[in-house]
Amino acid sequence: MSLLPHIIAYVALAVFVVAVVVRIVFWSRMPLHVRWELYPVAHEGKRARYGGSYLEEVDWWKKPREVSVAGELRVMVPEILFLVALKENNKKLWVRSFPFHFGLYLVIGATVLMMGGGVLQAVLPGAMGGGLGRTIQVATVACGASGLCLGLLGAAGLLHRRLTDPVLQDFSSPADIFNLVFFMVTFGVALLTFLVVDLDFSRVTAFVHGLVTFQFDAMEGRGLEVFLPAVSVVLMGLLVAYIPLTHMSHFVGKYFAYHAIRWNDEPNLRGGDQEKEIQKVLGQPIDWSADHIEGDGKKTWVDVATEEMSK
Amino acid sequence: MKAPRSIKDFSKGDGPIAHVAVEDQIPLPPPFDKIEEEKEIPPLREQTRENYACILDDTVLVNVPRPKTKEEEEALVNGFLSGLRKLFTPENNWTFLQPLMMTMEHCAKCQTCNESCHIYEETGRNPLYRPTYRSEILRRIYYKYIKNASTWVHGDVDLNWKTVVRLIELSYRCNLCRRCAQTCPIGADNGLVAREIRKLASQEMGIYTRELHKDGSMLQLTVGSSTGMNQLVVKDNVEFIEEDTTDLTGIETKIPWDKKGAEILLIHNAGEILAWPENVGSFAVLFNAAGLDWTLSSDLAAYDGINYGVFYDDVQFARTAIRHAEAARKLGVKKIVLGECGHAHKALTVIADKVLTGDLNIPRESCMPILRDIAKSGKIAFDKTRNDFPVTLHDPCNLTRLMGVIAPQREVLKEIVPKHRFREMTPHGCHNYCCGGGSGFAIMSGNNFAEFRHHVFGRRKFRQILEAFQGEPMDKEHPKYVCAPCSNCKGQIRDIIKYYDAWEKAGIFYGGLVELMVNAMVDVKPGYIDFDEFH
Ligand code: SF4
Ligand code: SF4
Repeated sequence: MSLLPHIIAYVALAVFVVAVVVRIVFWSRMPLHVRWELYPVAHEGKRARYGGSYLEEVDWWKKPREVSVAGELRVMVPEILFLVALKENNKKLWVRSFPFHFGLYLVIGATVLMMGGGVLQAVLPGAMGGGLGRTIQVATVACGASGLCLGLLGAAGLLHRRLTDPVLQDFSSPADIFNLVFFMVTFGVALLTFLVVDLDFSRVTAFVHGLVTFQFDAMEGRGLEVFLPAVSVVLMGLLVAYIPLTHMSHFVGKYFAYHAIRWNDEPNLRGGDQEKEIQKVLGQPIDWSADHIEGDGKKTWVDVATEEMSK
Repeated sequence: MKAPRSIKDFSKGDGPIAHVAVEDQIPLPPPFDKIEEEKEIPPLREQTRENYACILDDTVLVNVPRPKTKEEEEALVNGFLSGLRKLFTPENNWTFLQPLMMTMEHCAKCQTCNESCHIYEETGRNPLYRPTYRSEILRRIYYKYIKNASTWVHGDVDLNWKTVVRLIELSYRCNLCRRCAQTCPIGADNGLVAREIRKLASQEMGIYTRELHKDGSMLQLTVGSSTGMNQLVVKDNVEFIEEDTTDLTGIETKIPWDKKGAEILLIHNAGEILAWPENVGSFAVLFNAAGLDWTLSSDLAAYDGINYGVFYDDVQFARTAIRHAEAARKLGVKKIVLGECGHAHKALTVIADKVLTGDLNIPRESCMPILRDIAKSGKIAFDKTRNDFPVTLHDPCNLTRLMGVIAPQREVLKEIVPKHRFREMTPHGCHNYCCGGGSGFAIMSGNNFAEFRHHVFGRRKFRQILEAFQGEPMDKEHPKYVCAPCSNCKGQIRDIIKYYDAWEKAGIFYGGLVELMVNAMVDVKPGYIDFDEFH
């Protein structure tokens, strides 16, 4: 029994990493698509403020193109942290979704702190005994506890909205409801563990330290002292493995939605790298059946696009 | 309000599932604020309802015959599923696979995007017109019937011939303006989904609107222009424009054809030549006065910048874009410049960017930066006081939200309109609202679609125009100019003005940007814009 939470945690992390990598590979291997940018494009420098582009210049192809990474960061960082787009366009949802997402970030932050502490202790025994260890511990408790509270509150708010708003009800599948309940139960049990048996996060910290240093000691104590942390770890593990297998992997998708689509204004200059790739996709067979195409699976895009048309 | 209460209602019942009633709509600003004076959308004719499956709402555009047998019903469903499968293959849909998959997989169904859609808002928020509605139906069909995935995860929907016909028709209740996509916190794009449904119907099932296909892209690719003008007719018409412009401006105006080695190939929307010849004449006056080396092309499709494929069909899109580029290659021009036509801009400059390679990859640009440089160069003297009337600017979606060309036209207006006379619409720039003619609607009037278009799609733009001019005397003695630098938008704005009789009742006039420029030219006879000539 004492090893089960460890095994679940490792498996969950492995599933998470593999699933995320698969999503990244999936999106990055998508075929080239036509340009479909949407302004404002954040890397357009000063023009990004009003949604302008390099196409506002005469002979734009002769001029250096500004691709401002700082501009992208100025949009991306607040967007990731504070869900700015949602705040601007849907305040009612934002007051629920922001605490939910920010709570998640804080819980992830607490986990990273605990993992860092574990590594530090293994590499520099004694380092965790002094002020640094104390600071990490305080930060872990602050992030962890507030994260769980915010996450739980947010998930409850989102669930309440999904169940009471008739439009959202109509659009929601049972899985959408299940996902939120899953979050609530997991965060609720973790919060209960914190309040009942682990006010200083020492138990969960010991568990995480064990994970990063591969020392699988049984949890000390008895009854709820062991049961609650163990259930909490198992639920967290299952959640971590579940998220990237669902549409909640949008944290990966969103990166590509912005960088590969909305902000992808990279022009195809004559003789440039893109031309070969374009010729490749245009050389693919087409089998759309309508009369004006008559794709037979042999004719290519080039063939159909250049054939003489008769009335 | 007659509206579907649930997604599941979409597959049920034999008749229309929604109706837009005047009393459900938000009143317009004065002097059009009396809702009781507004016209209802006229009902479809009996014969239309008998011949076609008019089962969505008050109008019908796609004209799918009502299936008479089980086999015909099945053919619709099977054709749709076959197309849907192809829509998700990289060979058949490399063009949009990634953006489409992104929307299919990651929409959180949060409904944030709905509020940004002028169509949903101006129907009094009828659920059928939510940007999310058609996407969710397509998503459920895709997961259930193509991926065989669990309805517990993705939701359920019934697929029958009514679902298919309604969904195709519903894809033509979207202007493809992508304002909804701009507000999506995830990056999903419901405008694109509408386009992909149209595409599936066209490329697989041969179902499209007559205006976009037979009278649109096919006419352009076979005769030379969707207006029906062949090379001889277009040259004749342009000759008239030369004469008229010379008369009106007092400046001898020549429009060059097929000049080999010219710097610029200018491509107009051929609709301008027929409906707004003064726009074509104005370009000639400005380009000649600025000393530009330019030409038109009389090659097949190259004297008409339209590319309706961009609204419904990737193959027709690619065919047209290639014809445009071939004409430029033949003439050996240095670049192609698009006239005042938003979708032609986006089609050839942005989307065709991933179609044209090698010697067809000739640089392409908007006319707006050139006009800005002309206005600021000092080569032409402008007198702002000639444009001493209120002016507001419409931002065509294709030019602004979808291309980022926003500042140049404003810089031109600064040079030719007194500062206190210009007023922005709210919102504007890349956050503008569509005129309601987007995605090809401006040229569609079959059955009672024209009334539906003016009354629903164009209502937000009309509202914005009225708001921009509030505080001005609203009568014909005080003309107010809506500057719409796009042929389709101009057509739509003309039609809304006529529908509401807003020229007679409120003095609202419209036109392009170049007409305003020429009107302010010191060397041109005063009164180039003739407010007594509303057309
Ligand atoms: S498209 Fe975006 S804004 Fe609209 S419901 Fe889906 S996630 Fe929400
Ligand atoms: S693209 Fe425009 S018209 Fe279409 S659903 Fe989105 S906001 Fe509405």
